[in-house]
Amino acid sequence: MTEQIDKALAREYEAGFVSDVESETFTPGLDEDVIRRISEMKGEPEWMLEWRLSAFRDWLKMDEPDWALVDYPKIDFQAISYYSAPKSMKDKPKSLDEVDPELLRTYEKLGIPLIEQQMLAGVAVDAVFDSVSVVTTFREKLEEAGVIFCPISEAIHKHPDLVKKYLGSVVPKKDNYYAALNCAVFTDGSFVYIPKGTRCPMELSTYFRINEQNTGQFERTLIIADEGSHVSYLEGCTAPQRDENQLHAAVVELVALDDAEIKYSTVQNWYPGDEEGKGGIYNFVTKRGVCHTNAKISWTQVETGSAVTWKYPSCVLKGDNSIGEFYSVALTRGRQQADTGTKMIHLGKNTKSTIISKGISAGKSNNSYRGLVRMNPGAEGARNFTQCDSLLIGDQCGAHTFPYVESRNPSAIVEHEATTSKVSDEQMFLCQQRGLDPEKAVSMIVNGFCKEVFKELPMEFAVEAGKLLEISLEGSVG
Amino acid sequence: MSNLLTIKDLHASVEEKNIIKGLNLEVKPGEVHAIMGPNGAGKSTMGYVLSGRDGYSVESGSVTLDGADLLDMETEERARAGLFLAFQYPVEIPGVSNLEFLKAAVDAQREARGEEAVTSAEFLKEAKAACKQVNLPVSFLKRGVNEGFSGGEKKRNELMQMLLLKPKLCILDETDSGLDIDALQVVAEGVNSQRSAERSFIVVTHYQRLLDYIKPDFVHVLSDGKIVKSGDASLAHELEAQGYAWLQTEPAEDELEG
Repeated sequence: MTEQIDKALAREYEAGFVSDVESETFTPGLDEDVIRRISEMKGEPEWMLEWRLSAFRDWLKMDEPDWALVDYPKIDFQAISYYSAPKSMKDKPKSLDEVDPELLRTYEKLGIPLIEQQMLAGVAVDAVFDSVSVVTTFREKLEEAGVIFCPISEAIHKHPDLVKKYLGSVVPKKDNYYAALNCAVFTDGSFVYIPKGTRCPMELSTYFRINEQNTGQFERTLIIADEGSHVSYLEGCTAPQRDENQLHAAVVELVALDDAEIKYSTVQNWYPGDEEGKGGIYNFVTKRGVCHTNAKISWTQVETGSAVTWKYPSCVLKGDNSIGEFYSVALTRGRQQADTGTKMIHLGKNTKSTIISKGISAGKSNNSYRGLVRMNPGAEGARNFTQCDSLLIGDQCGAHTFPYVESRNPSAIVEHEATTSKVSDEQMFLCQQRGLDPEKAVSMIVNGFCKEVFKELPMEFAVEAGKLLEISLEGSVG
Repeated sequence: MSNLLTIKDLHASVEEKNIIKGLNLEVKPGEVHAIMGPNGAGKSTMGYVLSGRDGYSVESGSVTLDGADLLDMETEERARAGLFLAFQYPVEIPGVSNLEFLKAAVDAQREARGEEAVTSAEFLKEAKAACKQVNLPVSFLKRGVNEGFSGGEKKRNELMQMLLLKPKLCILDETDSGLDIDALQVVAEGVNSQRSAERSFIVVTHYQRLLDYIKPDFVHVLSDGKIVKSGDASLAHELEAQGYAWLQTEPAEDELEG
């Protein structure tokens, strides 16, 4: 049976191709000069450079965290290139017509056509290629509604007040090792501002692509939903198949002001490395949102890629009656390692949080849920519900759950449920006895296991996530 | 008339222990055969071996279904060839709705036979009718496969699957176990409604009770891995009255040595 499941699990990484694009890439290495050059390439104002440099100085004094249940060789930060951009992007193309067709083809191959006419109506895309944003679609239509959706490098120039006010306000520069590194060397990412009382007319989406060899991707995303506004944002990520590990250290900050709502969905499909664990992306990401009064932030993630994942999208429930949600599916196979979960920090009265985590481990992989629920003294009447389910496929993988609960308010209620199950021989036999082949059977059982999370994804994405899981599980069949 | 199923001198083992030891059986289209026998005789094993469950290995002998070599087929190919096993203890598949599961199964079987796919609307209509026939609320189609079903509901759910998959050969593995008399009647009526010249049944049961409702054409007694006595429906009553002890064979030599 194990053999059959292994076969069913053998997948091809469909996004593993390399684009032939001439790039301008920094020689590997990291010091203050490199940071000055990044800032210079972006034509940044002085305050931004100072911000970067202070983060860098802090980073030098910090230690790499070692508490996660992941094992990887020490990263040589001097062996990484911190900036790479297609040469064609140097003159900042004004419209799609001026963008290198090879870049457009790359996204088309990934199923993200950037020509507006061919796109899914209702989804605006910011395409980030290595260190730069290639194009952001539907900007005019969004501007009509007062929505700002642009590369963060552009926001630093055009909306410095908003950037100054909120950048680093949710994830402080010194928050953690990788966040500090990101502050020092981030190159691009998306910036979103939704004005008061506005419902963003389209789904916003950023598609991250690492292409160049030996480079890291350090993107920075900042989303501000002003009072009473609403936005749904999606991100996707892929990288070519390479034998060397590559580093991805992103920071995402969400600010939901009073009565605002942000829905943030991720489908993470970075190259996971081969069966033996060669190559793959190290994905060390800090994502956090702050909810003001009556605001709501909902994180939904489908994590199928990366060799190592270290990621805890969190909510600081600062305002009374605010709501935080975390829905996660993490699938690991081969030699993949994932240590992922969330933090729900309840500060305000009657704040509510829900955590639904589904971990699926196959092959020789290791999959951990790590979550913190903290009820501060002021969190009168706060509630949390946590459900962590693990599904094991085969007998050589690991599933671990590390729930941390800190309750400092006696009126707060914290509930935690956890289960571990296996794709059993009986289930496989039932499916096959009814005529399903083993691949379809595994994919059906796993999809059923993830159902509660998939229903939280926006429609267009739910289909993609289901398919991604199927590709992950079925190889090129089907 | 040629046989639908022919089992010839079948020997099979589980975890290197011989369970089936020279089984012979012939089933013609439309016939209902009851397999009775004491616990541990190999009744359930027979169903698993025929349907190709992993871990059940055939040591020797042959089995043909409609003339094709059954033992040469994968588990799912046997199902697509028309073999259906109703489980004694149906397993749950959480989060996968009954409807989704059944549609996938019917689609896979039709595709393998080169038949056109049924539309979702058509299928839903058929599935609702099948629910009604086995006395399950239509809401069960939306529930996870066997998820939180009672014992009786699980058995009726098995029957519903049979109605939709329309197999040529149905093996009912102690479908009567754990059922009260009302549930038993529902199951029996469902089976009887499916009896036809094209469909055969192997009804595996420990008790004669089920056979009051499903009248078999033949009754066989399985003991220590082979059929030790065959007869018509009256044999079941005889067994009910006298038990199995008088039919059990001498223990095999290797077991004496052990």
